[in-house]
Amino acid sequence: MDHESRVPGRIRKAPENTLTPELQVQARKARRSFMGKALAMGAGASAAANARAASGDPKILNLPTHSTTLGQPVAARAYGTPSVWEKNLQRRESPGLTRVSAASVSFTPLQGLFGIITPNGLHFERHHQGWYDIDPSGHRLMVMGMVKSPRVFTMDDLMRLPAVSRIHFIECGANTGMEWGNVAVPTVQYSHGMLSCCEYTGVRLSTLLDMVGADTKNARYVLAEGADGSSMTRTISIDAALDDVMVAWAMNGEMLRPENGYPLRLVVPGVQGVSWVKYLRRIEVGDKPFHTKDEVIHYVDLMPDGTHRQFTSVQEVKSVITTPSGGQVLLDKGYYNVTGLAWSGRGRIKRVDVSFDGGRNWRTARLEGAVLSKALTRFNIDWVWDGSPAILQSRAIDETGHVQPKINQLRAVRGTRSIYHNNAIQSWKVSETGEVFNVQVY
Amino acid sequence: MFRCTDRMRHVLAGLLTAAGLAGYASQARAQAQAQAKPAVAAAPKPWAQLGRVATADEIKAWDIDVRADFKGLPAGSGSVEKGQEVWEAKCASCHGIFGESTEVFTPIVGGTTKEDIKTGRVANLARPDYPQRTTMMKVSQVSTLWDYINRAMPWNAPKSLQTDEVYAVLAYILSLAEVVPEDFTLSDKNIAAVQQRMPNRNGKLVYTEMWKVSGKPDVQGSTCMKNCATDMDVRSMLPEHARDSHGNLAEQNRVVGPFRGADTLQAPSANPAVLAKAATTKAASETVQIAKGTAQKPGDQIAKDANCLACHAVDRKLVGPSFKEIAEKYKGDAKAAEMLGAKVRNGGQGVWGAIPMPANPQLGAEDLQSVVKWILEAGR
Repeated sequence: MDHESRVPGRIRKAPENTLTPELQVQARKARRSFMGKALAMGAGASAAANARAASGDPKILNLPTHSTTLGQPVAARAYGTPSVWEKNLQRRESPGLTRVSAASVSFTPLQGLFGIITPNGLHFERHHQGWYDIDPSGHRLMVMGMVKSPRVFTMDDLMRLPAVSRIHFIECGANTGMEWGNVAVPTVQYSHGMLSCCEYTGVRLSTLLDMVGADTKNARYVLAEGADGSSMTRTISIDAALDDVMVAWAMNGEMLRPENGYPLRLVVPGVQGVSWVKYLRRIEVGDKPFHTKDEVIHYVDLMPDGTHRQFTSVQEVKSVITTPSGGQVLLDKGYYNVTGLAWSGRGRIKRVDVSFDGGRNWRTARLEGAVLSKALTRFNIDWVWDGSPAILQSRAIDETGHVQPKINQLRAVRGTRSIYHNNAIQSWKVSETGEVFNVQVY
Repeated sequence: MFRCTDRMRHVLAGLLTAAGLAGYASQARAQAQAQAKPAVAAAPKPWAQLGRVATADEIKAWDIDVRADFKGLPAGSGSVEKGQEVWEAKCASCHGIFGESTEVFTPIVGGTTKEDIKTGRVANLARPDYPQRTTMMKVSQVSTLWDYINRAMPWNAPKSLQTDEVYAVLAYILSLAEVVPEDFTLSDKNIAAVQQRMPNRNGKLVYTEMWKVSGKPDVQGSTCMKNCATDMDVRSMLPEHARDSHGNLAEQNRVVGPFRGADTLQAPSANPAVLAKAATTKAASETVQIAKGTAQKPGDQIAKDANCLACHAVDRKLVGPSFKEIAEKYKGDAKAAEMLGAKVRNGGQGVWGAIPMPANPQLGAEDLQSVVKWILEAGR
């Protein structure tokens, strides 16, 4: 084999010299005659085109560069990224919400997402003491406390264990927290964007508790602790720990992102995000709650009489229309597929109703695709906008029969000074000009 | 003959736990369990050997949590005076000298009174007009403060404080809130008594309805479908001046689809759709220009992206000449860059043989310039 043919990707000469000299002459003649005809036809066509201006969309009439040039090769981007045209859809901080960005939050752009799965790069972030990209080979998980035999697991150990994959939503307890008193933010990204939904893969916490011989008869709680600077801690009930809590290393088919706890995080389905401890390093089995900082000082619900409700963890039934939503503009009158998300920390979504007249009349929306327990559920409903002002709302009902309340119903019980667990019906006002505004309606 | 019943063993276990005799307690508990449930030797799981037993030292190194009943609290002590020293050196830059600062985090101290210390309820928490809720107003357990300072502070150097420094810093905070006097020394011996003076120790309610998945929510909506109660009044919306408080929303929405983001740099218009469309198109084309920007994009990346490397290599001939050969040929030629740029852009044939070089009209001017510069530097 010569050198040329061993180099991959080479353009090689067509084997014309395999034809006899006579055949080659014939072939050349035939080719000339064909080309001559083609040229004549082409000249005629272009003369006709010059006679009158072509009518139609220039995007059709004039071939674009991408139709007339060579595109990019495979693996040009070893790890793929979205189109540059999608740059507008990013995680964003809410200006003025926090003072330092290492103890802050970035919000998921719900206004531009489809289906129920949140792309990993757009998953919301909440860090208390900054994030790290931890070397997984040095990461350890210790399970101890009221157990027969406290154990240490490496990632190698954990990833050999029987794995499960589950789709669940994660919502920060403070999602929509800025709206308790009044409208404070313009778009669904900032009002509801501390919400994401992924397929998580990991081992059930109950498997680990079984391996260490946890004293499940006397234990009432487990403590989960992170390996980051704040060593985030939260108390989990033993019932949840033995039910659907997972110790997960993967989200949406790849390992967790560093911003979301790489290489290991707790997944506590239905429970507020602060309990999903990232960079998980330790599980302690105990018989009393641990009263951690985020159970005693933060993530407490301030009631009108000044009492703090502690250990309010389950995310109640909730929904929101994501398009059209605040800050968007309807381009024209006519038909729209109004779409949104519904979820409940207590189980499956049973029904979603949508109102276009501020809650006077309601129609039931279509639930799209899989309706999973403690996962986001996508809903769609037809709407023909006649150009007059409208107020759009959605209202979810979960399988336990709990109905998403109005903001005034929530305020009547919990006041206006809480930060957490605002699951009120969201109202979007469509003005005559098609611009959509975040409003509150009783 | 005396027989220890199950119930008695449980009670004994509880008493021993309370007395701090955990070892005996767990033994008693284990016995109680053994008695209550005759052990059925379940087959060991096939994965039971994964992981390994934690050593006592490892557990000690990581088991740092301090519970409300002070389980886990290490022995030690620290004075208010010592605490002030540590505070001013390591804490005051974020929290202020008196724990009052709002610069970086919410204030730690303020809003509590002597009366609160008596009642265990912070009265200001019930006042809708009270502007701030400080840590000392909210916290119900002193153990939580000890635990958090120990595990997470100082913010940029967590877990760097000595045990006695944690006691001292906490003593200083408590003295600022007048929970302890200025000459106080906080220790593992007196911290339980301090708990009884925490201003908001009684201001909490463990709300199990939102702790258990089976709990009953406190606020229930309505399932009414027709002519339901609503006042249709817009009670709240963002004021006009806050229109662009979160940036230009045109740049936060997709450039195609049924909607565009509103151009919030302009006042609401009679026809915002047109404005929004123009704004998003402009924003997107700027974005694309930035994405295609060549200032930082290295020459080899452009060569790869533009498919140059299908036919050229840096140091050996493939279909076309190597970049080294090209650089060598045009060394010292001031017009080489311009000439080569035109060849890359428009294609050419003949200089290096019969195989033609295809045109590359998709290359932006800056990319073209960068890649030619890179080639003339022999692909360095």
